[in-house]
Amino acid sequence: MNYIFKRVAQSGLVLLVVGLVAFSMFRFMGDPIDNMLGQERTQEDVERLRDELGLDLPFPVQYWHFLSDAVQGNFGVSYRQGRAVSEIIAERIPATLELAAVSAVLAISLGIFLGVFTAIRREGWLANLIMSTSLIGVSLPTFLIGVMLIYFFSVYLGWLPSFGRGEAVQLGFWSTGFLTVSGWQALILPALTLGLYQMTLIMRLVRSEMLEVLRQDYVRFARARGLSERAVNFRHALKNTLVPVITVIGLQLGSIIAFAIITESIFQWPGLGLLFINAIQFVDIPVMAAYLMLISVIFVTINLAVDLLYVVIDPRLREGGK
Amino acid sequence: MLTRFCSKWSCLLPERIRTALDSDFMWRLSRSPVAIVSFVVFALLVLSAVFAPWIAPFNPYDPASLDLMNGFTPPATANDFTGQRFLLGSDDQGRDVLSTILYGMRISLFVGFSAVLFAMVLGISLGLIAGYLGGWVDTVIMRIADVQLTFPSILVAMLIFGIAKGVMPAEYRDQMAIWVLIISIGLSDWVQFARVVRGATLVEKGREYVMAAQLIGQPTPIIMWRHILPNVLSPVLVIATISLALAIIAEATLSFLGVGAPPTQPSLGTLIRIGQSFMFSGEWWILLFPACTLLALAFSVNLLGDWLRDTLNPKLR
Repeated sequence: MNYIFKRVAQSGLVLLVVGLVAFSMFRFMGDPIDNMLGQERTQEDVERLRDELGLDLPFPVQYWHFLSDAVQGNFGVSYRQGRAVSEIIAERIPATLELAAVSAVLAISLGIFLGVFTAIRREGWLANLIMSTSLIGVSLPTFLIGVMLIYFFSVYLGWLPSFGRGEAVQLGFWSTGFLTVSGWQALILPALTLGLYQMTLIMRLVRSEMLEVLRQDYVRFARARGLSERAVNFRHALKNTLVPVITVIGLQLGSIIAFAIITESIFQWPGLGLLFINAIQFVDIPVMAAYLMLISVIFVTINLAVDLLYVVIDPRLREGGK
Repeated sequence: MLTRFCSKWSCLLPERIRTALDSDFMWRLSRSPVAIVSFVVFALLVLSAVFAPWIAPFNPYDPASLDLMNGFTPPATANDFTGQRFLLGSDDQGRDVLSTILYGMRISLFVGFSAVLFAMVLGISLGLIAGYLGGWVDTVIMRIADVQLTFPSILVAMLIFGIAKGVMPAEYRDQMAIWVLIISIGLSDWVQFARVVRGATLVEKGREYVMAAQLIGQPTPIIMWRHILPNVLSPVLVIATISLALAIIAEATLSFLGVGAPPTQPSLGTLIRIGQSFMFSGEWWILLFPACTLLALAFSVNLLGDWLRDTLNPKLR
């Protein structure tokens, strides 16, 4: 209990610190008044805006205002687009989440399958081929994989689109690319690019865990009992490899969102990552600050969830705790 | 190996080389073809980057030597208008691709090495301080490290780059981009060093030689730098090599995304970014050769790092 409380408090602290960084960006990077009013302005305008924005209040009070605004999803107005940041972000979220979800499913299912396969057929040529290919996959930079895929499938074969999201269907506030053929076509290459790295990671982990488990006595007993290979491999062995695998998958969800920045930028996928890269290029501070806050909430939540999952799985952490 | 002393330099040098060549380390190197090949590739790439101004057939950043008529010459064929030949072809501006790669590699390697050096110095110092002093200093440093570890380093580097870009006045942005890049990649990568050095320092702290130094009243900084530091450095080498590969890739990624090296000082990542836009019109060589160079660089450093880790780790012997 004490441990859980400590972890939650720690996460809260992290968010406060990140909030402070985001707020300082707002407050000290250039004069907000300059940014908002432009060239033609009068002294009264400046005074009025300063009053409206609360820039004459003490720093902690301003920070408090920023935080309470942020919690309500209010991050001000984008310098570049002149629209509310929250509106822009809400617009971009579906694209990123759909991309991340598809690549996560791809990475997890293929990763586990290939991991089990290479562990069972350890000596087979196909398994060896997969293993050496995965080594290349780990050391290749993500953006090169994307560029290579575009070259092969879009330029050379001309099968798949190289940019954009295809046709999206609006379902209430959520725009989805899942309902059209062009949406799925556009999704394939970005999802592959984004999922490949995580896939190799999961595959290698599952393989090494499986090799460890397959050596143990209960697996031999299961075989001796005459169970089929499939039952032994999947019901007995794979199940016991899943604890570390779930942890890694949880932590990888965060990096999928981070790597989405790269993938989205290669494929001009209209999601949050592309928004963030453009914000950096054009020094659009409100967007940067909002993205920073959003991403840290996601990361901190994932980490907290994984840590709490540990407590559920590992009873030693429950009593006393380290 | 390195701690042996000899009063005269002349007597030291040949013997040192002899011991170095005779060492366990070299023996292991000679036994591993992968390590030798990757070392040779890496050394060749570094040397050609360092000597780029002398070996590059053209100076791609000298406007006088550029001729727009030379643009888009395919590799190893004569240009239709000028008859000029380029080994790896030329880009849209008529620049020789081979020369831009050599010059670009200089920037990639410079950023990579400097970022790792910066991360190393920062990480080692903080790790040493945290490990030796302990207490609240330790808690604060390691908490910051933990928090930073929750975020992928490429994201941290992007954020620092973005913030620095915002703080700086517009006219300095291109000029300072390389340095900002070094600092942001370095800052995103110090945690590994700090963790390892802190762990090793905690072990060394209890050893007799440290107690002896404390007893004769040596000041704390001297104990930390002169006594403990040399004994915690060996794992740092492995991390530094792996970090170098990561830093080179991180730099290329940032530059590829357009938030790194400016077009006036293109690194390999910038060249790939430029090459990508000619992919659809059929000028594949502008993209392919920089990409292959980056791959060779990243691969050789990665393989070297893996080999070093296996070699220096006594558990795996």
